[in-house]
Amino acid sequence: MNVLDQVEQLYFKENPVDVKIGETIRVHLKIVEGEKERIQVFEGVVIALRGGGTRAMMTVRKIAFGVGVERMFPLHSPQIVKVERVRVGKVRRAKLYYLRTKKGKAARLKEVEGKKNA
Amino acid sequence: MKTLLGRKLGMTQIYLPTGQAVSVTIVEAGPCEVLQVKTPEKEGYSAAQIGYFPVSPKYLNKPERGHQQKYAKNLYRYIREVRVDAQPQTPGSILTVEIFKEGDSLDITGQSKGKGFAGVMKRHHFRGGDATHGSMFHREPGSIGSSAYPSRVLKNKKLPGHMGDKRITVKNLKLVAVKPEANLLFIKGAVPGANGSFVIVNKNSFS
Repeated sequence: MNVLDQVEQLYFKENPVDVKIGETIRVHLKIVEGEKERIQVFEGVVIALRGGGTRAMMTVRKIAFGVGVERMFPLHSPQIVKVERVRVGKVRRAKLYYLRTKKGKAARLKEVEGKKNA
Repeated sequence: MKTLLGRKLGMTQIYLPTGQAVSVTIVEAGPCEVLQVKTPEKEGYSAAQIGYFPVSPKYLNKPERGHQQKYAKNLYRYIREVRVDAQPQTPGSILTVEIFKEGDSLDITGQSKGKGFAGVMKRHHFRGGDATHGSMFHREPGSIGSSAYPSRVLKNKKLPGHMGDKRITVKNLKLVAVKPEANLLFIKGAVPGANGSFVIVNKNSFS
């Protein structure tokens, strides 16, 4: 194995974030405010995965107060404490950018039955 | 002695315990063996030759082999002379990345990637003209001077020419981590040269 891959493995999370496109997830983030630490949760649909190694990122989209919000998380970031799987959507493509142009009922994904084990 | 010879392996991204992501260049530095030691008594100044990257004798010519065999058992592809501070070095002693520690500030010297004969937009960041709207002026330098006076082009005028493939030193790069077991340095930011190219790692006075 080449040295760069070995170096990246040193910085992988112990229990890697295991998500797939179309899943609705809850990302538990550690937020440091001055001295205090707290956990913030971001819940949304995984619409894109990109990059490999330590640089792997996911894009999570949610609708907050009627406004679409997307946030990108590095999969190996130490700030991610936990990721829960809420539901598994049935999708046929690798990037769900089409959800950005959909609103309301059209922006839903069909659920894949029997795969919800968070 | 705060210098090592090494090789740029490539760039990646790592995470600090605080959760911050940092872009780092992975450099394999050392182990370097001290070869000839120059002293004020003999050569008039103090310095040491260090060698890096052991190679088979077939890659070196006879004078190179002869010189190296005088001081060391191994033969090296890269030999450079570096300045040494007060403490004397002995031929045959080995220098490793342990001379550096996390948080040090480093100057890295390398040979930058060659870009060939480049125009002024790439080489000097000129703006160029419009691509469309009938502009007829795209990537040219424009006027390069006045007329009858001075009747010549001023020296140091920025013009097209060969770009890159130059010795470049990037100063004050932070050392994020040291891995002595693999002779690796994780240096924040970019380092000159292609992956696999030779670099000189120097600890500077800021650290």
